[in-house]
Formats: sequence, structure tokens, C-alpha cells
Amino acid sequence: MSALRGASSVPALAVADLRVEFDQRVVVDGLSFSVEVGETLALVGESGAGKTVTGLALLGLVDGGRVSGSIRVGGREVAGLDEAGWRGVRGSSVAMVFQDPMTSLDPVLTVGRQIADVVRVHERVGRRVAAARAVEALGLVGLPDPRRSARAYPHQLSGGMRQRVAVAMALACGPAVLVADEPTTALDVTIQAQVLDLLRDVQQQTGTALVLITHDLGVVAGWADRVLVVHDGREAESGLVDAVLGAPSHPYTQSLLAAVLA
Amino acid sequence: MGGYVLRRVLVAVPVAFAAVSLLFVLFFLLPGDPVRAIVGGGNRPISEGQRAAIEARYRLDEPWLVQYGAYWSRLARGDLGESFQDRSDVTQLVARTAPASLRLAFWAVLGEAVLGVAAGVVAATRRHSWLDALVTVTTTAALAVPVFVLGYLLQYALGVYPYQHGWPEWLQFPVQGIGPDRWALGVVPLGDQWRYLVLPAVVLATTSAAIIARLTRAAVSEALAADHLRTARALGLPPRMVRARALRSALVPVVTFLGVDFAALVGSSVLTETVFNWPGMGSTLADAVGARDVPIVLGMTLVLVVGYLVVSLAVDVAYGLLDPRIRVGRERVA
Amino acid sequence: MIPSLATAGASARARPWAEAGRRFWANRLAVAGLAVVVLVAVVALFAPVVARHDPLAIDAALSRQGPSRAHWFGTDQLGRDVFSRVVWGARTSLAVGLGTALAATLVGMVVGLVAAWRGGRTDGVLMRLTDVFLAFPYLVAAIAVVTIAGRGTATVVLVLSLFGWMAIARIQRAAALVVRDAGYVQAARAAGVGGARIVLGHVLPNAVAPVLAVAATFVGTAILSESALSFLGVGITEPQPSWGLMISRGSSLLRTAPHVLLFPGGALLLTVMGFVLVGDGLQDALDPRARR
Repeated sequence: MSALRGASSVPALAVADLRVEFDQRVVVDGLSFSVEVGETLALVGESGAGKTVTGLALLGLVDGGRVSGSIRVGGREVAGLDEAGWRGVRGSSVAMVFQDPMTSLDPVLTVGRQIADVVRVHERVGRRVAAARAVEALGLVGLPDPRRSARAYPHQLSGGMRQRVAVAMALACGPAVLVADEPTTALDVTIQAQVLDLLRDVQQQTGTALVLITHDLGVVAGWADRVLVVHDGREAESGLVDAVLGAPSHPYTQSLLAAVLA
Repeated sequence: MGGYVLRRVLVAVPVAFAAVSLLFVLFFLLPGDPVRAIVGGGNRPISEGQRAAIEARYRLDEPWLVQYGAYWSRLARGDLGESFQDRSDVTQLVARTAPASLRLAFWAVLGEAVLGVAAGVVAATRRHSWLDALVTVTTTAALAVPVFVLGYLLQYALGVYPYQHGWPEWLQFPVQGIGPDRWALGVVPLGDQWRYLVLPAVVLATTSAAIIARLTRAAVSEALAADHLRTARALGLPPRMVRARALRSALVPVVTFLGVDFAALVGSSVLTETVFNWPGMGSTLADAVGARDVPIVLGMTLVLVVGYLVVSLAVDVAYGLLDPRIRVGRERVA
Repeated sequence: MIPSLATAGASARARPWAEAGRRFWANRLAVAGLAVVVLVAVVALFAPVVARHDPLAIDAALSRQGPSRAHWFGTDQLGRDVFSRVVWGARTSLAVGLGTALAATLVGMVVGLVAAWRGGRTDGVLMRLTDVFLAFPYLVAAIAVVTIAGRGTATVVLVLSLFGWMAIARIQRAAALVVRDAGYVQAARAAGVGGARIVLGHVLPNAVAPVLAVAATFVGTAILSESALSFLGVGITEPQPSWGLMISRGSSLLRTAPHVLLFPGGALLLTVMGFVLVGDGLQDALDPRARR
């Protein structure tokens, strides 16, 4: 799908035998997958299948759980980093966009300030440069009049625009991997496609690898390259989207598909 | 922002009008003999001359609408009535006693805000630790302890007992009165003044400090769990910045409380000033209540109600400054 | 149609209440608070049996004696048994506290429910009325009105509830507004069920939880306010035992006989703390989202 795909022999993200457990309860049980530069991998499953926890684990954000396995970002092992180490990874190497743009932005700060803060934390630039970068990022995600939009508070923006801001914030420091957790579930159907198109567009420009967490097989079919079906924290099946959706081999995938077609 | 302030004022004015009118209803229109109520009820003898003077002053022989008009015109002239006991002017009484009350309240509010927010933040960031438990237990006790009991306890522990047992001078705190009454810049105690200030200020601050601590704990816990802070963490913002953002959003309910709290503060100051014999509005009101001097009670209550409304308005404005959702309205940018 | 809706609502409610009960019993502080409240209630109920002396019996020979086997909490300046007076004072405090909380809660709930259900102008008028009453500092308003209305238990309850219903009204309104828009209420409306019937059958039962917690705490607030009024000499009148009055009388003995003040003060502190803890426990039990 992207010209940049496969440009490097090292995958943008390589996860091996990822396990997450909370108080003896295994939520993610030995998932392995990799995402190439510029590629989109969809993690699909029902709610509670362990998709979101997997996404959080990629940023070291699993609070109160035990994480094991290997997470390599651009060949560099990040699993097992301490909190300070993870802080350097988050936002600059791996970034995340959450489900609900109503709540995922700070209501009392302008969106420009929120993006600029991320830039200033990861790159040694001054306030002015960071503010300019924020305006630039807002333009990249298609906000009208980015200079003016940067001065807006989240409540002054529509849901779709807020999610664009969340994407701009995540991409502000050019991360190699972007994890998007149900990025369109909270939006109107008409807006969903716009945000997904936006993700594909910026991905083509920047070569970011995208991990798209969703329960929606329509989203998978339209916007992902490969798919990993997760069931009870384990891999049910994986492969190219057309192959998996066209001829599902695992009964769980078949039932998911049947539910959509019914 | 200007429009927002104007809207708040437009809401506050009719409320103030209605509240002041309600006081009129309670004091002059309730069934019973208003003259008897004004001289303190009970079976005090009232001479004909007294009765005539009171009726003339409050226009009690006229229809209630005229009484009501006279009530407002007295207020408009700044006439809060005169004491039944010694005919002293209530407006002057307020002017004379207000500074002592304001000085005490200033230090109490400052102390309760700093202490309450600090305790709340500590408890919220260390949920379920022993520090959190300590904050929970002490705030519950502080909420339950009657102001006057706490006042007497502190008087006993830091004043009476050290004196009776000959502890060093600096451990004996004065328990009555305002002392030298020497202040710089209106509020800064000079010389020995702070020794007279500290106990009543602590007593006055205790209840509200406890409420602020509990509010802050709840607000910061909620803010720390908020989605936008998870976003901030997910993009690598350091804990210091995440905490600052949590505190910023948590401050909104705390500031709102400070306005509501003025009411509790006024009530507590009546008790605190009585216990410590602090010559402010609170102890004057308590004395008037004890002597059933209704004109003083009515006058003081009027001042306190209007003062409370002004503070509430100021807090509403501050609330708008902290929360853009209120300040800039909902006009869409994109 | 109507019966089936009603039963659906009832079974949907039964489980949350059971779960709230389980959470309440798991909260150690709340259970401790409840134990204190029950203890005070039992003492108040059986005051004639628990008190070992006549709380009103004056004996000048026994003035200001410290605690002893005959007088557990000592005697006051008039030689009255402080323990017996504290026991009977529990009756006064509970009567005022529960009476006030009941009256204020009823008024607040009616105002809140009517405002939420009728909406529009009715809502506007009722909420402005709430604002007007909120413009009065609670204790000062009570002091002012009691000063002209006279003293005694009934007046104190009346005045404290007159200025105490507003918080309940606001919370009840907010809770009822949420329920009003819920599916089962809309369904009942669409089915043509009458307004009063919906409010009492669906809105009230589903919006009562937040009010309960506030009402429990308010009992403690009312007890504190009564003691403050009595302390200032405008609440309960002698010789009826009231903790606030006892503390006020004992304050002049702080140097010579602090026990006259300390025992009623301690009883007051413990009782109010009990109600605050129960209120907190109910809050946490009924709204688990608030505490994560």
C-alpha cells in the first residue's frame, strides 16, 4: 500500500511472545507480530480480548500488571525499560491515539499548547519553535486555519476535529510506530472514514507503522494491510487482510465474520 | 470574558434582592408582635414610649408594603438600624468590628487552602498508603469536631495546661482577646501579635481545611485517572508535567468550594470569636444574640449575606478564568 | 404493559442495591461509623435505663466533682451527674438531627423532583429559590431566625431544616434529570403512564441513591448546628440536657473542672463522626465509579 513499505530490512515494530497478567489472570498470552515501515496491522477481536492491553503494553503503560516478552522498535529492545526509559520511547518512537477524543485532550489547555508540550519534551526547542511545530502539525492533519485552530480549546472543536488533533499530537515528533486504539468508534459514521483516510495519508507521508486496534471488520477490510485476530489474549489467526477475511480458517474469525454479515 | 462577568452579575443581583427581602419577611411579617420581637421577645416590659419609637422607626403601623419600602430606603442610606440596648449605630459597629474578623479570616483561609490542597494531593497521589489513611481519618475527625470544642481543647492544651505547669513562656499561648492589635499592611501581625492570632486562626481553618483536603483528594484522583492524562503519559510527558496538569483540572472544584466555604467560615467565626473573645463581627453577633438585640442581629446578618454574595460572584469569575469551557463558551472554531 | 415495566425496573434495581450493601459492609470505616451510630441510638432509646442518676437532680454538695465510681463522668457546677446528662443529651441530639434531616430531605427531594420533571419555568423558579436560600450562611441564618422565633427543640428543627434543604434539592434534581432521559422512563411515557406515577415508580427509586448519602451526613451537620445554637444560648433551653448547652456551661470551668466540658464534647465528636463515616460509606458504596 505504501511506497516506503519494506524499504528497510528491520521491521518498525517486532513483538515476540508478549504476555500480560494481572493477579494471576493472563490477559495477553504469547502474542507475536511485526509491522513493517509504512504498513498497517489491524488487531481485531471482541472487547475484552486483550487488544487494548496489548496496545498499552507497546508503550509500557500497563499499570499494575506483569509484562513479559520482547518488544523491538526499529530493532531496539524496549521491553523491560524502566519508567524513565519508557518516557523517552513514548511520543518519540511509539505514540498512541485513544478512542474518545472528547476526553483524551486536556479541556483546560489550548490544543496548540498540548501539541507544543509534546514537542518540547522530546526535542530541545524553544517555546516559539514548538508553537510553530504545533501549527504545522495541525495543518498536516487537515485542520482549517491551523494558526487559529491552535488557539482553540478542545470543546470548541467537533469530535472529528478533536481526533485529528489527537493524531497531530501523536505524530508531532515523528514516531516510528503509531498505535490507534479504536480511533473512530466514538465518532459519527460519516466522520469515521475521514479520520481513517487521514491516518492512511499521514502514514504515506511519514512512513509510520500503524497498529490499528478495532472490533470493526469493515475498518479492517478498508484500511489495513494485514490482520491479527485475537481471541482470549491469544492469536486466533493472522495474515493478509484479503486472505483472512476471504477464507477464514479459524472458527472464531468465522463467527466474527458471520456476525457482521448477519 | 467581559460578557461572562456581566452574565454572572445579572444572575447575582436578583438573588441578592430576594435574599434581602426574605430577611424582611422573616423579621417583620412573621406572625407575632414585631415590636416585642425587636426588643428581644419574652416578657420584657415595653414602655409606651419605647413602643411608639420602634413603631415610628420601622413604620410598623403602616401597611407592609410601606414598611418594605422604608426597609429598602434605610438600607439604601446605609442605615442598618441601631442597637436596642444602647442605641449605638449598627453600621458603625460593623465598621469597627469588621477589620478584626477579616484579619482572622484572611489567615484562616490562607492556611486552610495551603494545608488542605497539600494534604489532598499527598493522599491522592499515594492512594491507600498510610499517609492516605491518616488524611482520611484526621479529616473525618476535623469535620466532626465542633468548632467550640476544638477551641476549648486548644486553649486547655496550649494555654491553660502549660501555664498551670509552668512551661516555658513561648509554649504558653494567650487564649483570650486580640492582644496588642498591631498589624502591618492590614494583615501582617507585628511583634507578639501572632501569638494571639495563631490559635483562633487554626480553629477557624480546621473544618474547611478538612473539606478542602477531601475535595482535592477526590478531584486529583479523578483527574489522575482522566483520559487526557493517559494521553499525556502515552506521549512521554514527564510525571512532573502530568501532575501539574492533574492539579490544574482538580483546582476547579476546589476554587468553587472556597466560595461556598465563605458561608461555613462566617458561621465558624461566630463560634471561634466567641470562644477566643476575638473582637470581630462574629463575637459581636453572638453577644447580640445572647442579649436578644434584634436590630444588631438583623444588621449583621444583612452585611454577611451581601458579603457572601459578593464573594460567590468573585469565585464564579475565578472559576471562569480556570475553566475555558465556561469562559469562552461553545462557539465552534472548527 | 405497566406491570411488566414496573417489574423490569424493580429487578434492574435489586442487584445494584445488593452490591452497594456488599461494598458498604466491606468498608471498615463505614461499619465503624455505623456501630457508633447504632450505639448512640440504643443509648438514646434506653436513656432511662442507661442513665444511672436523674439528669436533672441538683445537689450543691456534689458540685464539680471529678469522675468517680458513683459518677462516671463526674458532676457539673450544680452537682448534676454528667454521665446521665450526656446519655439524655443523646436523645436531644438524635431527635434534632434525625428530625432536621428528615424534614430537609423531604423538602429537598420534592423540590428536586418537581424541578427535574416539570423543567422549563417551574425548574427555573425553583432553582432561583434554591439560590436565594443558599445566599444565607447556614449557621448565621439559623441564629438570626431563632433569635426572633424563640428557642426550643421544635423551633430548632424547623429553622435548621428551613435553611438545610437546598443541597438535597440540587442533588435530587441532577439525579432525576439523568433518570428522566433513561430508556425505561421514556418507554413508560410513551406507553401513556401518568407523570406522578412515573416520578414515584421510576424516577424516585432510581434517583434516590445520591440523596441517601448526603442525608446521612446531614444528620451529623444538624447535630453540630444544634449544639452550636445551644452553645450560643438560642437553641435548647435548660434544664433539658443538650451537649452544646453542657459545653457552653462547662467552658467557664475549663481551668478547674475540664471534665464537665470534655465528656459532652467527646460524645458530640464521636456521634457526628459516626454519621459522617456512614455518609462517606454510603457515597462510596452507591457510586463505585467515584472511587477507583
